[in-house]
Amino acid sequence: MINILSIIFFPLLFMGIIHRVKAIMVGRKGKSLWQNQRDFFKLLQKDEVLSQSATIISRMAPALSLAATITAALFVPFLSTKAVLSFRGDFILVMYLFTLSKGIMALAAMDSGSSFQGMGTSRELSFTAFLEPAFFLIIAALILSVGAGSLSAIFALQNVVSAGIWNVFASLFIAIALYIILLVESCRVPFDDPATHLELTMIHEVMVLDYSGFSLAVIHYTGALKIFIYASLISHLIIPPYSSAVWYLLVLAIVYIFTGVLESLMARFRMNRNLELVLVPLSIAMLTLTILLVLNTGVW
Amino acid sequence: MMNSDLLYSPTLESAQPQKLDSFLDRIGELINGGYQPLAFFGTDEKLIYALMGRPQELELICTAFPASSQYPSLTPEFPAFHIFERELYEEYEIVPLNHPWLKGLRHPSHGAVKFEDYPFFKSDSRLIHEVGVGPVHAGVIEPGHFRFLMQGEIVEHLEIQLGYQHRGLIGLLCDGPLISKMPLAETIAGDTVIGHGTAFCRLVESLAESSPEANDIRILLLEMERVAMHLSTLSALAGDVAYIMSQNLFAALRTTVINATLSICGSRFGKRALCVGGVNYPLNKTLIDTLKVKMQKCAVQIKYTSEAMFASNSLLSRFDDTGKVSHEDALRFGFTGISAKASGVAVDARADYPIWAYPGFEVQTVASGDVYARAYLRYKEIMQSLHIIQEVLEQIDPAAPIQAALKELVPGKIAISIVEGARGRIVHIAKSKDADKALWYRIIDPSLTNWQALAMAVAGEQVSDFPLCNKSFDLSYCGSDL
Repeated sequence: MINILSIIFFPLLFMGIIHRVKAIMVGRKGKSLWQNQRDFFKLLQKDEVLSQSATIISRMAPALSLAATITAALFVPFLSTKAVLSFRGDFILVMYLFTLSKGIMALAAMDSGSSFQGMGTSRELSFTAFLEPAFFLIIAALILSVGAGSLSAIFALQNVVSAGIWNVFASLFIAIALYIILLVESCRVPFDDPATHLELTMIHEVMVLDYSGFSLAVIHYTGALKIFIYASLISHLIIPPYSSAVWYLLVLAIVYIFTGVLESLMARFRMNRNLELVLVPLSIAMLTLTILLVLNTGVW
Repeated sequence: MMNSDLLYSPTLESAQPQKLDSFLDRIGELINGGYQPLAFFGTDEKLIYALMGRPQELELICTAFPASSQYPSLTPEFPAFHIFERELYEEYEIVPLNHPWLKGLRHPSHGAVKFEDYPFFKSDSRLIHEVGVGPVHAGVIEPGHFRFLMQGEIVEHLEIQLGYQHRGLIGLLCDGPLISKMPLAETIAGDTVIGHGTAFCRLVESLAESSPEANDIRILLLEMERVAMHLSTLSALAGDVAYIMSQNLFAALRTTVINATLSICGSRFGKRALCVGGVNYPLNKTLIDTLKVKMQKCAVQIKYTSEAMFASNSLLSRFDDTGKVSHEDALRFGFTGISAKASGVAVDARADYPIWAYPGFEVQTVASGDVYARAYLRYKEIMQSLHIIQEVLEQIDPAAPIQAALKELVPGKIAISIVEGARGRIVHIAKSKDADKALWYRIIDPSLTNWQALAMAVAGEQVSDFPLCNKSFDLSYCGSDL
């Protein structure tokens, strides 16, 4: 129950932290933490305009994407380490629910008939292709470390202070890899610039360029939920198992604040260099997996 | 100061119509002698004028419209003429034979050359796809169409099509007393109010053979406009690569500078500051002192902000080597202002055709021709302008008269005025008809020639770097649309 409430209330609230930190970093006051919620409700009440070439795919895509992401979120530990749903091996389902969500949006982007959106789709999908194996390798490394189970159990059990120096390294590395996945998946600087109005430089934004009103509100919420899921996984990865929710919230807030600071201090990467950095989580995951394999099989 | 007479009456004796052959030959001779075309246009007198210039020297030559309505194009040999010949073709249907891309420029409704008749450059290759951007853009930007031929993410070719605004400015300037056109002149390019305003005032004063008062206040405003515009470009450049630190700091600094302009004339963009014969608002002692302190502070802050920005690795990795324009191209195409100076071409009207003493002035250049060069050059020019501002403030005499009495225009006189605006060389040239009207009036905004620089800079670049390249030139749509 408490996790369902987290899914509903926290994503947009925590997004507010990033905006606030960015504003403070450049010497402005920044908008209220609740502004994202207000915008969300404002958008919900607005009418939509759809492209003339849009079919039913465009209409359904935001809702389907949201449904897939929320379903995925049900398997993730938030305030309570016990996820709403969980079964052995559910991480495969979660990963493909994410992919489903993205795949629907990609289809919808092509559906609008705008040349920009095709461009954005090809950019975004080229990243996804490298993130999916990275995520599975991360899970594999974690399973080696704490034993197989459900997503929530794996992340709750693994932590930086658990047994062995190598596990500490593994946790930190995995946290970094997950954080880079977070930045890419949620289209933050330095991979993408959520604030830009320049279609030619956009990646994710250009895919949803044609959406307005209710659908846009849904898309914004889905995006926020995605960051929230990754940030929660990182948080649970770092804090000790079954520690209090306060620690979870603290680490979560640090992840968001760090994102805000990073965005203020860095320029975007050049588009053709993005792929190099998308490969980093994959490499880190492989490295971690190798370390743990060597360690567990006792070859070294 | 060099002979300022030159600016008021260039060698107009040679403005007698020549034979077409000798006209074209003369242009070739002049270009080989280091001259650049500043203006090239037809008029309703059925004459083609060419204003050629090199530092401290101007020459105006003209020829009658060719009887066959065609002549061998100058563009294949001297690419700097390409845009002028397109304009001539569109306005008077004189065909420059062998022009490589003869197409309308602004598509006026009355013109015989219709927009539909001129398709965009196309490729039949199956590897190439087209992306069209505009004329309606995301964000509040002027209308312009950019047609990319792309191979994947790489831009193979960019064609820029402007001319969506149809302002009819040239016609309006000639319709009614020239002296009443000051508000119109200020809107030639809304962000270059002082640049075009000064050029207009000097032109009218020159047509009336009178000399203005308060030239130093004009120079002060002109340099403040330059500082403000460069700051806003630096801010936007940082914004384009999502480097919000510099974006916000430069934007704040720009506000400081335009608010200083506001304190002088009541408009942040300097509207109503200038008038034919001088300026509208005097500067008193207190204001001069306040401005000195304010600009001094500003200079320090700009220095720190720029140093921080140009030390940021992530930003430099975006700026370096992006959107290059070679030195040769900048020369051949006659680019001006930032677009030329960032490729190491030292053209600056403040050195070439000065309208003030500018003690110790040296044209600032950067050699590399990329986005970094154009950004860094702006920083250098800001510091230079702030230095000039201090010097002007030192010289302004609060007690001096600010307006000269207006005289009537001398009928049938051609006058030229050249001012270095923030984007580059602004050329105004006009001929008086009678005591108060102009027979024709031509404006050559630096943007007109410089848009080609953008098209050349993005060829071979990633399309996602286009907005960055575009902003690094920061050209005006309306300056070219007139």
